[in-house]
Amino acid sequence: MVGYIVRRLLQALIVLLLVTVIVFILLHALPGGLIRAQLGAKASKFEVHQLTIQEGLTKPLPVQYGIWLSNLLHGNLGFAYKQETPVLTLIGETFPRTLVLAGSGLFLAALFAVPLGALQGSRRNSLMDYGVSGFLLTTYSTPYQLLGVLLIFVFAVQLNVLPGTATNFGQGFGTDVRVLALPVLALFLGNVAYFSRYVRSSVIDSFGEDYVRTARAKGASKMRILVRHVLRNSLLPFVSAVGLSLPTLVSGTLVIEVLFNYPGMGTYFWHAQQDRTYPLVLGILLVVTVLVVVGNLLADLAYAALDPRIRYD
Amino acid sequence: MTDGPRADESTPALLAGVTTSPAAAVLPGTPLMELPGSEGGSSRWHKWRLDAALFASNRMALVSLVFLVALLLFCFVGPFLYRTTQTATTLLNANLAPSGQFPLGTDPEGFNLLGRLMLGGQSTIEVGFAVAVFSTGFGALWGAVAGYVGGIVDAVLMRVVDTALSIPYLFLAVLLATLFSPSLSLIVLTITAVSWPSTARIVRGETLSLRTRDYVTAARGFGGRALGLVGRHVMPNSIGSIVVNFTLRVATAIFIFALLAYLGLGVPPPGTSWGQMLQQGITHLYDNYWWELWLPGVAIVLAVIAVSAVGDGLYDVVVKRQAAGRG
Repeated sequence: MVGYIVRRLLQALIVLLLVTVIVFILLHALPGGLIRAQLGAKASKFEVHQLTIQEGLTKPLPVQYGIWLSNLLHGNLGFAYKQETPVLTLIGETFPRTLVLAGSGLFLAALFAVPLGALQGSRRNSLMDYGVSGFLLTTYSTPYQLLGVLLIFVFAVQLNVLPGTATNFGQGFGTDVRVLALPVLALFLGNVAYFSRYVRSSVIDSFGEDYVRTARAKGASKMRILVRHVLRNSLLPFVSAVGLSLPTLVSGTLVIEVLFNYPGMGTYFWHAQQDRTYPLVLGILLVVTVLVVVGNLLADLAYAALDPRIRYD
Repeated sequence: MTDGPRADESTPALLAGVTTSPAAAVLPGTPLMELPGSEGGSSRWHKWRLDAALFASNRMALVSLVFLVALLLFCFVGPFLYRTTQTATTLLNANLAPSGQFPLGTDPEGFNLLGRLMLGGQSTIEVGFAVAVFSTGFGALWGAVAGYVGGIVDAVLMRVVDTALSIPYLFLAVLLATLFSPSLSLIVLTITAVSWPSTARIVRGETLSLRTRDYVTAARGFGGRALGLVGRHVMPNSIGSIVVNFTLRVATAIFIFALLAYLGLGVPPPGTSWGQMLQQGITHLYDNYWWELWLPGVAIVLAVIAVSAVGDGLYDVVVKRQAAGRG
């Protein structure tokens, strides 16, 4: 077990290091170079030359990577010249907001997926099963912007019960809940099918196992079998499914944040990309990736801790 | 949709799929289809017919396949039968509701929306297929080499895959797409860059189980070289999961292409895609030009669902083939 944890941590560390390499390469692939991006197209040759030396861009690439990585580890992610603020400060402001949005969406999707999937799995191929599958598959296949726009149209325009933009986030808990309702709902609808299908098939698999047949032979009720025997065994792989869903979930928040103008990392990323504030773009890319890697790691560790049958040596 | 035990394969926008061994996924109590061709000396044609019958037994997959063929005809043959101008704008005709002259109405630039749907469908389908071809080809090779060679090579190759899978794909795609000027090939390249790693992971898993088979050992004993073995014995025998993965990549690519359109990345004008048409519909949401929103929106959703359902049907065929020992 300890060996597995150490190995898994080491793997995550290697992945994180590779991520920094990729971001570093992207930094140097910028059109016109980082200097032009900062100074604009009208900068004189002299200014460009000066800043090139100042930023250490004349040094060999591996040396530059070393310096950049050491800065990174000291919390220096660069300077967002458009906002005239350090990138780390901007990320510090927006990171919790994105975490709240993505976290609520994930939590709700996972929460509702368990009873939905269990119900579908235990009444497989019934009209209810087809209906729920069909509906969830449709929302799952709908691009986030269309989901969001439909929600805005129904709840904000027609019924006028919820705000259609999330710009006002951060003015007390009551308004925050109302403001977040539609973005979270869009994220939920776009992702719940991933989890419910997982639970459904896992429940169907478990129903065929010997221990279920034994429980049935002993006269246990269907409900008891479902909760005590089937679900308990189906939920383990569900933990790693949650970990694997993270990149998709975080990608979804990008579109939803921009659509609802929610002041999180996604919206900042999109605006920074539009005005070519590359240090901020790459900083956010790095942070969302770290978020996914850490989330995956936690899911794997939870899986190892929860499953007594599996020994990782 | 089907009763196949799969949470991972049919779902679009799902880049990190969980791989369960297809053979282990056959439900206990599910009667396997009789496959007499596996023992007897029947022809390859006979096996194909069995597979086709199995595929057709999944109604949803069959209907989806017919729908996709109709969609292909609509997008690629349709413009020859129903000629519209899709290069010069006629602003006088902007935002007209469906009528006799324009059966599906017009868009904000005055383009005939029926013709526009065909044009947007062309780029959307092209992107879907091109991404699937490139990411399946590259990913399958990557995964097969990693799984076959093993050891340190496997570790290095798979850490690269892990890394690529950890980056939220849309963030990376937006960044890549802004580094270069917009074009159809850039979009294909971008979506491929975020799609191939999942194929690599699936094919690696498949290869790991195939490399210990007797015929591979035998081929190695006869002095076959690694790359030749991968090409001749490993890849052809994992073709089933590669084909299923191909359909998944098509669906995912269409989905991501639509998301990218919202973030302002698409085919340069006068070209268009369904995602870009949807974007126009969204900007005119409050004008009640419903046809501009719903037509491209429904087209995207139906295409994604249909491709996924065909993948579902193919998956059933592959699972039952493997269960019957036909590889």
